[in-house]
Amino acid sequence: MAAIDISGVSKIFTDRKRNADVTALSEINLSIARNEFVCLLGPSGCGKSTLLNMIAGFEQPSAGSITVDGRPVTAPGADRGVVFQHANLMPWLPVWENVAFHLLLGGGQKAERRARAQVYIDMVGLTGFENHYPSELSGGMNQRVGIARALLMNPQVILMDEPFGALDEQTRMDMQTELVRIWQQHQGTIVFVTHGIDEALTLGTHVAVMSARPGRIVEIIPIDLARPRDITSPQFNALKRHILALLRGEKAEQERASA
Amino acid sequence: MTPALLQLRKLDRTIVPVLVLAGWEIFSRSGTLPAALLPAPSTVVWAWADWLVGTDGNTQTYSGHWFADMLASLSRVAAGFAIATVLGVALGVAIGWSRKTEIVIEPTLQMLRPIPPVSWIPLAIIWFGIANKPAIFLVFLGAFFPILLNTIHGVKTCDRNLIRAGAMVGGSERKLLRYIVLPAAMPSIFAGLRIGIGSAWMLTVTAEMVAVKSGLGYVLWDSYYFLRYDLVLAAMASIGLLGFCSDLVIRTVMARVLHWQRNTTLRGGE
Repeated sequence: MAAIDISGVSKIFTDRKRNADVTALSEINLSIARNEFVCLLGPSGCGKSTLLNMIAGFEQPSAGSITVDGRPVTAPGADRGVVFQHANLMPWLPVWENVAFHLLLGGGQKAERRARAQVYIDMVGLTGFENHYPSELSGGMNQRVGIARALLMNPQVILMDEPFGALDEQTRMDMQTELVRIWQQHQGTIVFVTHGIDEALTLGTHVAVMSARPGRIVEIIPIDLARPRDITSPQFNALKRHILALLRGEKAEQERASA
Repeated sequence: MTPALLQLRKLDRTIVPVLVLAGWEIFSRSGTLPAALLPAPSTVVWAWADWLVGTDGNTQTYSGHWFADMLASLSRVAAGFAIATVLGVALGVAIGWSRKTEIVIEPTLQMLRPIPPVSWIPLAIIWFGIANKPAIFLVFLGAFFPILLNTIHGVKTCDRNLIRAGAMVGGSERKLLRYIVLPAAMPSIFAGLRIGIGSAWMLTVTAEMVAVKSGLGYVLWDSYYFLRYDLVLAAMASIGLLGFCSDLVIRTVMARVLHWQRNTTLRGGE
């Protein structure tokens, strides 16, 4: 059974001020199997974040249905860990309390929370920073805390919304390597939203290429490259060329339509 | 920094008060005004000392009563302020969090808010008589609104993304309020408490002048009738001192609760 099943999902936003409907997503069908790492790739405004928010349960589809492990998604829940674009950490809590936030809400004992947090703090490489506050850490480190927080819930699915978008190139590449390591070690299904072709090809087992207005999935490409992936290899470049053609073709078609 | 410069830095704080007091002392003794109208600081200190510990009995019935007077005022401030804090924060969170509560309650509160608390004095006296209760009621009114408004503001400006993050880890609405909204609103709540404690002292003293027969405000007003302006000034200074101390207490608690904000100032941790 698929871990995530998206069938016939559309999302229409009603712009009350202008009295117009905007179709953000139209007829999305996507089936993601357990332990897959799927990258949603597309230009800004193609609705990829909206799709992720609907899997997370922050937003509801206007039509169609989304199920995670066979259960329809109606609200946010701890079976789906979300890593946000900005880490969204509680600034009044130290790193370990942020990582164990799930347990704090659940009313766990302090010693137990501390011990559980430590496992994931070590996993994301933040050992020694347990008692720092988010304002004392760099953007990349905060993002690691966000990842650890999602992992601690031991969710079926991890949803990531451009988590490395605000990082510099060097840190981003380090974090990508780290994420693949964690994914291989931890096992789980990941849906990763990005607008970076290199990033999608470096990370995913599949890349779902999306087009804008209305947002649709153009093609789902399985990536069979060996890890760690060489971003300069001919196979990598061939895939990149293919995706670029898809995205450009999409653009050309749009221009034809509007002309 | 050299030790000499540090010494100078310490002097910075005291130089203005010392100059003001010295100027005042000289002016009072110069005889420009009758000495009774503006008692010199030394006279005030003399009266204050007697009021405080009963030195030579110059303050007559008040001699040695400062502590009791101070406690009377302080207990009124504490009681009214405590009620205002509990109600202000609770209602503020409810109004800030729930649109429905806001629609139902807020218009009424906003109608009551512009009414100066002192204008409640006649009603406070006929409802509660001449004792602690009308004073506590006025203190409550004065402190309640700043605490309420700041709490509402704090709750409303809570980052929606933090609430999303909380919902993501599986928090119920009650848990989200307790573990996200309330801590996020703390800086605003403390701003409200600091404004509130100022109003609280203002209203205790006002109430004691009119509706109560004890406390620092009562001594102040009574001394005015007996032309003891040195005691009036001593009472004023006492109120200022207590106001400063109660603000210091709030600031100390605030520094503990909001310790995570230490590094968010422009200049970083100091």
